[in-house]
Amino acid sequence: MADITITTRKNGLQKFFSQLGNRWAIIFLFLEIILFSIISPGFFSVKGAQVILINSPFILFLSLAETFVIISGGIDLSVGFVMGFSSVVSAKLIVAFVGLGMNDLLSIIVGIVITLCIGIIPGLVNGILVARLKVPPFIATFSMIGITHGISELLIKGSYIRNLPPIAGRIGNGSLINIVPGKTVSFFISPTIQRGDQLIEILPTVFVIPFIFILFFAFILKSTKFGQHTYAIGGNVDAAIRAGINVKTHLIKIYMLSSFFSTVAGIMYVFRYVTGKADAGAMFLLDGIIAVVIGGASLYGGIGSVWKTLIGCFIILVMENGLRMLGVPTFYKLIVIGIILIFAVLIDQLSPELIHREE
Amino acid sequence: MEYLIEVKNLTKRFGGLVAVDNVSMGVKEGEVVGLLGDNGAGKSTLIKMISGVYKPDGGKIFFEGKEVKIDSPIKALSIAIETLYQDLALAENLNVYSNIFLGREKLRKVLKFINVLDNNYMHDESKKVLKRLEIEVPSLRNRISTLSGGQRQAVAISRSIYWNAKLLIMDEPTAALGVTEQKKVLGLIRLLRSQGIGIIVISHQLYDVFSVSDRLVILRRGEKVAERNVKETNPDEVVSLIVGAEKVAQRSD
Repeated sequence: MADITITTRKNGLQKFFSQLGNRWAIIFLFLEIILFSIISPGFFSVKGAQVILINSPFILFLSLAETFVIISGGIDLSVGFVMGFSSVVSAKLIVAFVGLGMNDLLSIIVGIVITLCIGIIPGLVNGILVARLKVPPFIATFSMIGITHGISELLIKGSYIRNLPPIAGRIGNGSLINIVPGKTVSFFISPTIQRGDQLIEILPTVFVIPFIFILFFAFILKSTKFGQHTYAIGGNVDAAIRAGINVKTHLIKIYMLSSFFSTVAGIMYVFRYVTGKADAGAMFLLDGIIAVVIGGASLYGGIGSVWKTLIGCFIILVMENGLRMLGVPTFYKLIVIGIILIFAVLIDQLSPELIHREE
Repeated sequence: MEYLIEVKNLTKRFGGLVAVDNVSMGVKEGEVVGLLGDNGAGKSTLIKMISGVYKPDGGKIFFEGKEVKIDSPIKALSIAIETLYQDLALAENLNVYSNIFLGREKLRKVLKFINVLDNNYMHDESKKVLKRLEIEVPSLRNRISTLSGGQRQAVAISRSIYWNAKLLIMDEPTAALGVTEQKKVLGLIRLLRSQGIGIIVISHQLYDVFSVSDRLVILRRGEKVAERNVKETNPDEVVSLIVGAEKVAQRSD
């Protein structure tokens, strides 16, 4: 059998797209940054970068959720409203604990822990529907939008969640390192400042937290058995079953993980905006899915990575911020992102096989 | 010589239909048995009982002289019966060695408590088994989607061999391949036979079956109608046995 050789045919166009296919997202991101730096004064600055990072946590968490689900061959449409649901649940719980006379920080910690336990329930239900009852992911998770949205609205009862402890906002608007020259240095939590004080902030907390998750879960997806099985299920579910992988249990875990990330996003929302909102994540669902696809994942499953998704996220974030600084209305961002998405899908289709080659 | 696997009076019914009726056959170590029959003759049902997909309604299975109950595919794998299905069951998005180790990944510990995939080990071990089977694939880090049909077949075979298959069941191993690749796969089957592995081949390609098999078992409508030594028969006789043109059926235990 010594003379079996690779039989993949390469013509010029395919070769071009395969070269482009592997790298276009990162190239596009650089071009985007260069373009906005030229046409939008103040874009390429520490302040400009901070604004992008401050706006990043929701899309980062929701796209991280979608990365796992999409690679496993599914889709989770409920991430946005699970995020809203969790923001409402955590805000209500924290306010309730404070009302019971519990210390602010303890209320927040207990509130988060309970919210995380509740927040993975939609994922458990999605997972059981998809894996055990064979409901298509699109339908199962679409139903979950209605359920989580409805419950959130009932919990809020049309009013507004007030009286969250101020420390929540100081975490959500703090930075990894906060320096008031000559006075204090604090980590994660923004310091109280007097009028006239200068505040130096390095890396917003709302970016640092998702970034820690990204580092950890990029490792999980790439280097562990859990990650490998996720790819295998997305690539060929029959092969996974015959190889002895417990596909049903694995898929349930994937959907729970997705809800877990959405829940953390909801909690981040509470810190950032010091309230909970039923539709807190409604805007971010599409961005989350689009970031994964622009990053080069296949909606058929089996292809993608956390780092590629991160690039997809930043293509959207940079576009959003760049256009905003130019004073362009938000609708244009939607149009541009739509066009990029079509471009991404076309590249994926025009470079069969080769794009999927591992180096 | 004793049989590696022997099935006695195996029967499988689906409602009123008797898919496999009282079939007995055996395979020795280092022997290739061709399983022949028209569509619906019961070939697939028979091998699915051996590979643990179906439970027999009657009859016994002996493996290495001992009676075994093969009630799940995992059980079949655990006693070293590997089955290669026509669709190969490879994850095309994963590379060669990941497929060979799929579901049985080798892990190593980092920082003493985190289990990570031991890619180097899996790569090197896969390379060894491919070498043993004289299979060449450009790089084991290439995804399956970049390989040809013959290479994929070879990877699927290596996976079975790496996990020490004693009995290999192959369902239409040459069906989707070009002529050159068919020849290579047949060569691989001969190589496996020379290494002492028992093989059952299902195929519609009479030429292929004749060129690699030692014995032929012919099924018709769920019954075993004949068993022939390849050297003592010819394609014409076998075809008439398959379609039932001649009354030559004889039961042999």
